[in-house]
Amino acid sequence: MNLILFTFIVLLGFTSYYFGRKKAYTIQSTKKRLTALPQFYGYYLAIWCAIPAFIIFSLWAIFEPTIVKLLILSDYSNQGYLDDELNLLYEKSKALSRGQFTGEITPFIEASAEKYLSLRSIAQSSKVVIVLSAIIASVAYAYKRISSNSRTREPVEKFLNAVLFTASLAAILTTVGIVFSLIFQTIDFFKVIPLFDFVFGTHWYPAKAFVRDSSEALDPTMYSDTFGAVPIFAGTFFIAFIAMCVAIPIGLMSGIYLAEYASTKVRQYAKPLIEILAGIPTVVYGFFAALTVGPFLKELGTSMGLEVSAESALAAGGVMGIMIIPFISSLSDDVITSVPQSLRDGSYAMGATKSETIKRVIFPAALPGIVGSILLGVSRAIGETMIVVMASGLAANLTLNPLESTSTITAQIVVILIGDQAFGDPKTQAAFALGMSLFLVTLCLNIVALRVVKKYREKYE
Amino acid sequence: MNKNKEQLLNKRYKAEQRFRLYGLSAIFMALLFLTIFIFKIFSTGYSAFQKTWLIVPVTFDAELMMLDQNPSKEDLQDADYYDIALKSMADLDPNANEDQENELKRMVSYFFEKEIKNELLNDPDLIGKTKEVYLTASDDLDQVFKGNYPRDLPEDQRRVSDYQLKIFDQLVANGKVESKFNISFFTNADSREAELAGIASSFMGSIFSILVCLMIAFPVAVLAAIYLEEFAPKNRFTDFIEVNINNLAAVPSIVFGLLGLGVLLAIFQLPRSTPLVGGITLSLMTLPTIIIAARASLKAVPPSIREAALAMGASRMQTTMHHTVPLSMPGTLSGTIIGLAQALGETAPLILIGMVAFVNTIPGSPMDPAASLPVQIYIWAESAERGFVEKVSACIMVLLGFLIIMNLFAQIIRHKFEKKWS
Repeated sequence: MNLILFTFIVLLGFTSYYFGRKKAYTIQSTKKRLTALPQFYGYYLAIWCAIPAFIIFSLWAIFEPTIVKLLILSDYSNQGYLDDELNLLYEKSKALSRGQFTGEITPFIEASAEKYLSLRSIAQSSKVVIVLSAIIASVAYAYKRISSNSRTREPVEKFLNAVLFTASLAAILTTVGIVFSLIFQTIDFFKVIPLFDFVFGTHWYPAKAFVRDSSEALDPTMYSDTFGAVPIFAGTFFIAFIAMCVAIPIGLMSGIYLAEYASTKVRQYAKPLIEILAGIPTVVYGFFAALTVGPFLKELGTSMGLEVSAESALAAGGVMGIMIIPFISSLSDDVITSVPQSLRDGSYAMGATKSETIKRVIFPAALPGIVGSILLGVSRAIGETMIVVMASGLAANLTLNPLESTSTITAQIVVILIGDQAFGDPKTQAAFALGMSLFLVTLCLNIVALRVVKKYREKYE
Repeated sequence: MNKNKEQLLNKRYKAEQRFRLYGLSAIFMALLFLTIFIFKIFSTGYSAFQKTWLIVPVTFDAELMMLDQNPSKEDLQDADYYDIALKSMADLDPNANEDQENELKRMVSYFFEKEIKNELLNDPDLIGKTKEVYLTASDDLDQVFKGNYPRDLPEDQRRVSDYQLKIFDQLVANGKVESKFNISFFTNADSREAELAGIASSFMGSIFSILVCLMIAFPVAVLAAIYLEEFAPKNRFTDFIEVNINNLAAVPSIVFGLLGLGVLLAIFQLPRSTPLVGGITLSLMTLPTIIIAARASLKAVPPSIREAALAMGASRMQTTMHHTVPLSMPGTLSGTIIGLAQALGETAPLILIGMVAFVNTIPGSPMDPAASLPVQIYIWAESAERGFVEKVSACIMVLLGFLIIMNLFAQIIRHKFEKKWS
C-alpha cells in the first residue's frame, strides 16, 4: 500500500515537473522574459510536490504507532493492568492481527486485534487523503507563483543547498548515534557496578551474572568481583603490543625501502601486493590464526618443551601484526616521500651514505608522521575483533605470558552479545560499557594521530 | 692513518648494505606471509568444490512405498520413500546385522530419501524396477575419499567405523564412488550437515546487505562531499563535521555493531538478523570512506573548469552539478566500490545485530533473516566437524574472488574514465 502511494507521488512529481516546464514555454511564447531556465520551473513545481509528501509521511511514521497503541489500550485503562501487561497485550493483539500469534487467544485480545486492524486501515486511508490533498494544494500554490513568472532558480538552488547540508550532517548524526547508543547502557551499568570496581577490579566473569533468575531484584553484592575490567584492558593492550612488535619493524622497513631504495618497477608491483594484506577480511585472518598459526605454535612449543595454549596471545597478536603491516608501510612510505629532496641532497653532499641519510636526516624529519601512522596502527589493533574472537581465548586471564590465552575488549563484547540479549541486564550493559571504553580509547588515539599527521603535512607543504 | 680511513669507509658501506638488506627482507617477509596465506587457503579449500557421490542400486518397490496401481503424481509425492531408501543401503551388505545396517545408513547424508524421491519423480516409470542412484556421501566419507581424513587413527577416535570403511572400499573398488563438481555448495543454504551445507543463503544475504548499503551510503556520501568541498563556508561547524568524518573512518567496526544493536534494533525496532539492518549498519561504516574519496576526486577537478563555467554565467549550483560533479564521478565511483568491498568483508558488526543466526532458507528480500559470506566463514570455522574446514576455505575463496573483482573494477573505472589534468 505504502509502495503504491509512494510510486504515485513520484509520478505526480514527474508530471508536475513536466507541467512546470510547459508553463515556462507558454510564458516564453508570450514574449515575456523568463526569470530562469525552463527546467527550473519544473524543478520548482516538483519540489513543492515532494516537500509536503515527505513531511506528512515522516510525521505519520512517527506518530501513527503511538496513537494506535493509545487508542487500543484505552479500552483497558480502568481495569488495573500494569504497564508491562498492557504492552504485552498490545504486542499480542498486533501479532494476532498479522496471523503470527501462537499463544492462547482470549476474546479480549481478539477484540483488540480487530480494533487494531480497523484503526490501521482508517489511518492508512486518511493518510492517502491527507497526503494527496496536501500535494494538490501546494502544487496549485506553486503553479500560481510560476504563472506570475516569479523567481524559481533561487528557491530551487536554496532547496538543493539545504539537501546537501543535511547530507553532510550524516557524519555528525552517526557520531551522536554511537555516543547515544553507548551512553545510556553504560550509565545504567555503572548504577549497578561502581566505576571503581570496573576500572580497578581484576576479576572478569560475566557468565556469573547470568545465573541470576530474572525475577529476582538486583543485588549489587552479587556483582562485586564479576566485572573487573583490568584483565580485559591488559589483554587488549598486550595483544596490540605483540601485533605492533610484528608490524612496526616489518612495516617501517618496507616503507623505507619502498620510498628510498626500490626501483620504480619493484615499487609498482610490491606496493599493491603488500596492500592486498590490508584488503583481506579480518575473519579470514582469524580463520588462518585459529587453524594454522595457533596449532603450529603449539606444536613448535611442545617440541621445545614449552607449554603453549592453542589459543595463545602470540598467535592472535602475530597474525594481527601481519594485518597491520600495510597500514604502517604505506603511511610511512607517503610520509617519507614527502620529506623535501633538499634535505637528502644536503646530506649526500656532506658525504653521507644512503642509510646514514635515512637514519640521521630523513627519519627524524619524518618522525611525527611515522608516529602518527603507528598510532593509527595501534588504534586498529585495539579495535580489531574477528582475529581475537576466533584465535584468542575467551576467558579473561591476567597474564603477561604470550603463550597463554588472554581476552580483549572486542572479544568480550562479541561473547556477551552473540545470540539473544536482554537489555537491562548488567551483563549486556557491561558489553556497552566496554564498547564505550573502546570508543573513547580509539577516539583519543585517532585524534592525536590525525593531528600529528596533519601538522606534519603542513610543515612540508 | 689511511688504512684507518679505509676501514671506516668499509664499515660504513657494510652498514649501508645491511640496512638495504633489512628493507628488502621486510618486503620479502610481507610478501611471504601473503603467499603462505593464499597457498594455505587454496590448498585446504579447493577440494570443497568436489563432492563425493555413492552410486547405490535402488529397487523402487511399489509395495514398500505404499503405492497402489497406477499412482498419480500426488501419490508419488506422498509416498513413503524411507523404507526403500533404507533397504537399498542395507542391501549393500546382505549379511549385515541391525547395527551394521544403521552404520550403512549413516554412510550417506540424511537427505538420501529425498534424492531417491526426486529420481522417481523425474521418471515415474521406474516403479518396480531397479536403478543405480547417486546419493550424497556423508561428510566423513567425503573427507576420507578426498584424503583429508586420517584412516590410521584407532577406531574409537574416528567418526567412521572400520565396517563403514570396509564397505566404502568395496564400493570404491567396484567404481561405485564418484567425485563430481559440487553444485550444491552454490545452490544450498546453510546446513548442520557439512556435506549439504552451501553458501546460497549467506551469498544472498551479502548481496542484499551490500545493496542496502550502496543505496544509503552512496547518495548521502556524495551529497555530503559536494557540500563540504564546494559550498561549505569555512567556519568552525564545517571543521567539526570534517573532524567527525575523519574520526568515524577510524572507529573500530564493532562500535558500529553496538550502534546498530542499541539504536536500530532496540529503538527503531527493525527486524533482527536481517540484511536490512546489516546494510544500514554497514552504510554508516562506509559513509566516511566514500565521503573522503569523493572529496578527493572533487578536489582534483581543476579550478579552471569552475571558473570557465562561472564566467559563462552559470550559477554555482549549475557549475557544480553540470561540470564539477560529472568530472569527479570516476574517482567517486571507484572509491565507492572500494568502500563496498570493505563492507562486504566486514563481520563483527553483523554478528552483533544477529546475522549469525542459523538460516537454512535462502532469503528472498532484505527483510528475511540471513547470514553473510564473512559471517558464514565465522559460523563454519567455529563448527567442530572436519567437513566444514574445507567449506570455510572454499567460502573464503569465493569471498576473496568477489573482493578481487570489485577492486579490479574500481581500478578499471579509475584508469579508463578518470581525466588526467596536467
